[in-house]
Amino acid sequence: MTFAAGDDVVVSSREHTGHNRTPGYLKGRRGTVVRAHDSFRNPETHAYGGDGLPKERLYLVSFALTGGDRVLADIFEHWLERAA
Amino acid sequence: MHDRGGWPTQAPIDRREHDLADWELLMDALENTLEARGVMNTDEMRRGIESMPLAEYESVSYYERWLFTTETILEEKGVLLPGELDERVSS
Repeated sequence: MTFAAGDDVVVSSREHTGHNRTPGYLKGRRGTVVRAHDSFRNPETHAYGGDGLPKERLYLVSFALTGGDRVLADIFEHWLERAA
Repeated sequence: MHDRGGWPTQAPIDRREHDLADWELLMDALENTLEARGVMNTDEMRRGIESMPLAEYESVSYYERWLFTTETILEEKGVLLPGELDERVSS
């Protein structure tokens, strides 16, 4: 599933043992895609001697905080679900 | 040890600048050279830091964590023998 700027998404809250680049405090949170980056080797296998292929798309995602601030984070596609 | 930056805290962030020691510059150069030569990669380097026991992680400096992970990954890959660095340093 690919996403585009403006898409509402939810970060997966699935269990994952081992290295991953998805901040725990964002798992299960709803956000909005700001920009689609390029694709990059998957750190979850690249960190363990694998080649990290296939590459995974990376997105800049915005998460609204109370008070008007927002958190911007880069999240890989396989951690994102389309928001209901 | 993962996601250290996401832990709630009331402690203020230390924003003071500080000079790097010579060994810290060397540590940076060594690790980046190992990556440029394809010996290890950034994801392995991060995973190695995350493998540090929490108490040790909290008690050491930024580049000491780089030293820990570089030694860990190089031992994993058989570039260094277990304990080889310690032996060379003490001999």
